[in-house]
Amino acid sequence: MDQTIQVRSITFEYESDKGRVLAVENVSFDVADGEFLCILGPSGCGKTTILNMLAGFLTPTRGEILIGGRPVAGRGQDRGVVFQDFAQLFPWRTARRNVEFGLEMRGVADAERRETALKFLRLVKLEKFAESYPHELSGGMQQRVAIARALAYNPAVLLMDEPFAALDAMTRDEMQKQLTEIWQATKKTVVYITHNVAEAVYLADQILVLAAHPGTVKARLRFDLQRPRDPLSAEFVAAQRELLGHLQH
Amino acid sequence: MNAPRSYVWRSVWRGAAGIVTAVILWETFARSGIFSRALTPELKAIAVTLYSLIADGSMVKNAAFTLWRVLLGLFVASVIGVPLGMLMARYRAWERFWLPLVSVLMPIPTLAWVPLFILWFGIGDLATTLVVTYAATFPMIYNTWTGVRSVNPIWVRAAVSMGAGQHAIFRKVVFPGSMPYIITGLRLAFGRAWIAVIGAELLASPTWGVGRVIFDAKEFLDSEVMLAALVVIGAMGLLFERVVFQKLERYTVTRWGMLAPPRV
Ligand SMILES: Nc1ncnc2c1ncn2[C@@H]1O[C@H](COP(=O)(O)OP(=O)(O)OP(=O)(O)O)[C@@H](O)[C@H]1O
Ligand SMILES: [Mg+2]
Repeated sequence: MDQTIQVRSITFEYESDKGRVLAVENVSFDVADGEFLCILGPSGCGKTTILNMLAGFLTPTRGEILIGGRPVAGRGQDRGVVFQDFAQLFPWRTARRNVEFGLEMRGVADAERRETALKFLRLVKLEKFAESYPHELSGGMQQRVAIARALAYNPAVLLMDEPFAALDAMTRDEMQKQLTEIWQATKKTVVYITHNVAEAVYLADQILVLAAHPGTVKARLRFDLQRPRDPLSAEFVAAQRELLGHLQH
Repeated sequence: MNAPRSYVWRSVWRGAAGIVTAVILWETFARSGIFSRALTPELKAIAVTLYSLIADGSMVKNAAFTLWRVLLGLFVASVIGVPLGMLMARYRAWERFWLPLVSVLMPIPTLAWVPLFILWFGIGDLATTLVVTYAATFPMIYNTWTGVRSVNPIWVRAAVSMGAGQHAIFRKVVFPGSMPYIITGLRLAFGRAWIAVIGAELLASPTWGVGRVIFDAKEFLDSEVMLAALVVIGAMGLLFERVVFQKLERYTVTRWGMLAPPRV
């Protein structure tokens, strides 16, 4: 099924006691079916707000979002979401049972569910902790379980909000590699939020650079680097430099 | 979670120390002769009476009736209170309709209702059980309502994104997510039900019940039986608070890291 994402000049205002906060203003972009988009920008520029609109949790004040040509509002299950928040796992379920949740909603049988969950926990290197409760895991481990959970029920669109921010450099490199492989194998459309320049260059087909207050699109970039990408290669470093330039001006 | 044995014993000992002190004070008072022995019997007399009441089976039967009423009331209160509290927390219309009613009824001491309940339902079992149910329902509603509103919205969003419908959200996210509050509600409800059941048994005089024992003993000025009944009431309350509810907490919310383990 076509999973093209079309974002048409969306604006979002938060309403609070202190008045309105314009978080996102007139943002447009497209993500082709099977494409990997990174959204890059400083803290508070509206990245999470955009992701919440893509997921259907917030409705744009103006503008519209289409996924596969249909409006996004009120639809479930075709979007896997990894939140920025550590507390996103269900504390009353073990790591494995957290990962099983999406499959459970699809009515997948017990044994198969278990097997799939363990497969994805293995992928994020947590099979040993399958029967641990979230509070028994570190923040980074919980985030990895959340990634496994979002992948396990095989949604066509993956929305990820700084999923690797809490990981050490080595684990992060490993996870980025895994994610690239999964993405190449499954052809998902991915929207990935980060404020890490190297990470964006490593992962993305297309990069959206945002400016803050209010969040607006500053630049849209594409780097045609061969995968798997080598962070030490000259093109990679050049791409990073160019991207950094866009962020700073 | 598993406190070392020595800590457990230390806390048991500390808890027992207070009770032992109270018992010694009572004994001194009882033997001082300020009041006659008939009014303030000494420990041994109470113990003998208690033993004979247990031995002839009557106290066991009375206690069983009282406990049954409390558990039945607690069960019905949960069946009413948990769904109602959930609906109130999730839907504004339900909240607007029920909250004022709950807020008005909750602060009325349950025992104030007993004469009316007797008027409506007659003396005996039904009135007693209804009073207990009534007492237990409000903490269940109120705590569930609070608990649901404390559920992290990100859990609900995660569930929605994984395809959960309204029903699954209630059963698999909102209900377990509000467990710490629901269990606290159960504890409070038990406490209120326990107070209500004895009061109701005193007033509505069903055939069996620990409250009834006290009521009957009053007629004969039998302070030994009254005190023996009080010991039974206290012991059963303690058993539930310490054993049943603490176990329930340990195997749910404490295990899930949603509630800190009890201090030792
Ligand atoms: N619930 C809210 N109510 C009012 N204002 C909000 C709310 N959430 C976010 N904002 C405002 O919207 C702006 C964008 O917030 P958002 O969370 O989207 O930023 P972000 O780019 O994800 O930042 P970070 O990188 O720190 O996660 C912020 O400047 C903040 O002031
Ligand atoms: Mg954010």
